Amino acid sequence: MQYLLLIYSNEAEMAARTASAVASMTAEYTEFTKGIIQAGHFKAADRLRPTSAATTVRVRNGQVAVTDGPFAETREQLGGYYQVEAKNLDEATAIAARIPGAKYGSIEVRPIWPVEA
Amino acid sequence: MSVGPIDRVVDEVFRREAGRVLATLIRLLGDFDLAEEARQEAFTAAIEQWESTGVPANPRAWLIKAGRNKAVDRIRRDVVFRTKIIDCETASAEADAAAVPEDEDDSTFGDDRLRLIFTCCHPALSAEAHVALTLREVCGLTTQAVARAFLVSEETMAQRLVRAKKKIRDAGIPYETPEPPLFNQRIHGVLAVVYGVFTEGYAVTTGTRLVDAELCAEAIRLGRLLDELLPVNPAVMGLLALMLLHDARRPARVSQDGDVILLEDQDRTLWDQAKIAEGLALVDRALSTPGPLSPYAVQAAIAALHVRARKKEDTDWPQIVGLYEVLLRLQPSPVIELNHAVAVSMVDGAARALDLVDSLTARGQVSDYHLLHAARGRFLQQLGRPREAREAYRSALALATLEPERRLLKALIEGIDGLPAGV
Repeated sequence: MQYLLLIYSNEAEMAARTASAVASMTAEYTEFTKGIIQAGHFKAADRLRPTSAATTVRVRNGQVAVTDGPFAETREQLGGYYQVEAKNLDEATAIAARIPGAKYGSIEVRPIWPVEA
Repeated sequence: MSVGPIDRVVDEVFRREAGRVLATLIRLLGDFDLAEEARQEAFTAAIEQWESTGVPANPRAWLIKAGRNKAVDRIRRDVVFRTKIIDCETASAEADAAAVPEDEDDSTFGDDRLRLIFTCCHPALSAEAHVALTLREVCGLTTQAVARAFLVSEETMAQRLVRAKKKIRDAGIPYETPEPPLFNQRIHGVLAVVYGVFTEGYAVTTGTRLVDAELCAEAIRLGRLLDELLPVNPAVMGLLALMLLHDARRPARVSQDGDVILLEDQDRTLWDQAKIAEGLALVDRALSTPGPLSPYAVQAAIAALHVRARKKEDTDWPQIVGLYEVLLRLQPSPVIELNHAVAVSMVDGAARALDLVDSLTARGQVSDYHLLHAARGRFLQQLGRPREAREAYRSALALATLEPERRLLKALIEGIDGLPAGV
């Protein structure tokens, strides 16, 4: 099965980190990513620009409404994701627990729902 | 349908094998609902065929094979189902099902039931779902019976079960007994579910009945099953012992009018000696097994000291106090602190116990727990402070939800009201 591991954390706290904290976390992420590539779990990953760069689009009655900001104000914000292959939820949650951000924020584990041909 | 001898035979086989057959079919088919239907069809086929062919040598293997065949037919037939989960999961279920050996040994079946328990108690499911799924899928209770036990409508319970099974399927919750070190975390969750079923039965939280014997019996059955599947696990033995020793006192806990009878007032000749003997043997085994001490085993040891006393005066309170102190180190909780205080009152007197309870209240713990106020009332009464005792009992009454407990508290308040003025 494939799972999307959504990394949520508090952007304000993340932005307030010292340069050395950022550097060590980046190193942890690099190591983690290499690990899951080697183990054959890795499918895709990206980090996201903060919600200050977010734009929300809605179409209502045929009218496109474009607004500044994320779709909802939350205490923790989506900051990145990994898409992984795992044999079941236990394996997926074990991988999620190794994401460096799990120590600060929360990782939401969502099964990918494949679109049938 | 006539009730001939073959129906009785199938009935008997159903009672003995239904749980194991279902557990194995779930493993083979990878789907709860499909497995349930397959089991149903297998038993129907047994009634039809065993009449002429006779009962097979290994009825369980026959039923599993029949159920698997019916399910494979269904998968092939059911185009909608097929297009929905055509992926490798179904293909491998078919392959697995086709490969089911004629006579799997007992250890495989045991493993299947253990897998099923771990799946039903998986932490990715809600606490409500754990209990509902375990009672429905492992114990084989009907949806109606599970609904009744938890005072919800059958429809609500059916929806809860459907949602939980959908989550298992969609999220890929494994049908597996976890390996260590995950096993040690998960078994804790499984035992908590079993104990939750027991306590819900033993001290139902609302309503008019005090004890739901059926839930207690199911929890004990689960405890025995776990003890059989995971031998010499001190936590499992401790939990089973704890449930047996509590349940042994059940016949003496409630009067004919449904009133609470406190431990000290219980007719000890009503206690179930067979359960006590079994429970005591398990406590001894649990405590003598090497490894970390299980809080369940310590609680069972406390229950054992209560049932070992022929008369209430024979109760070994100093040892009970000691065991509560061990328990507080293993698993600190306000409820255990309260029980510890009650035990202390029996050794050092009510004044010391009142200090302990007041320090618990001062820390802002459990001030909405009715038994804390009831215990305070009792200590105050013992100390000759009836007016304060009455206040405490009134606070307890305001918080208590269970009708029999409310009656007991009202009686205690009336007892103080009956005292001459000025006392």
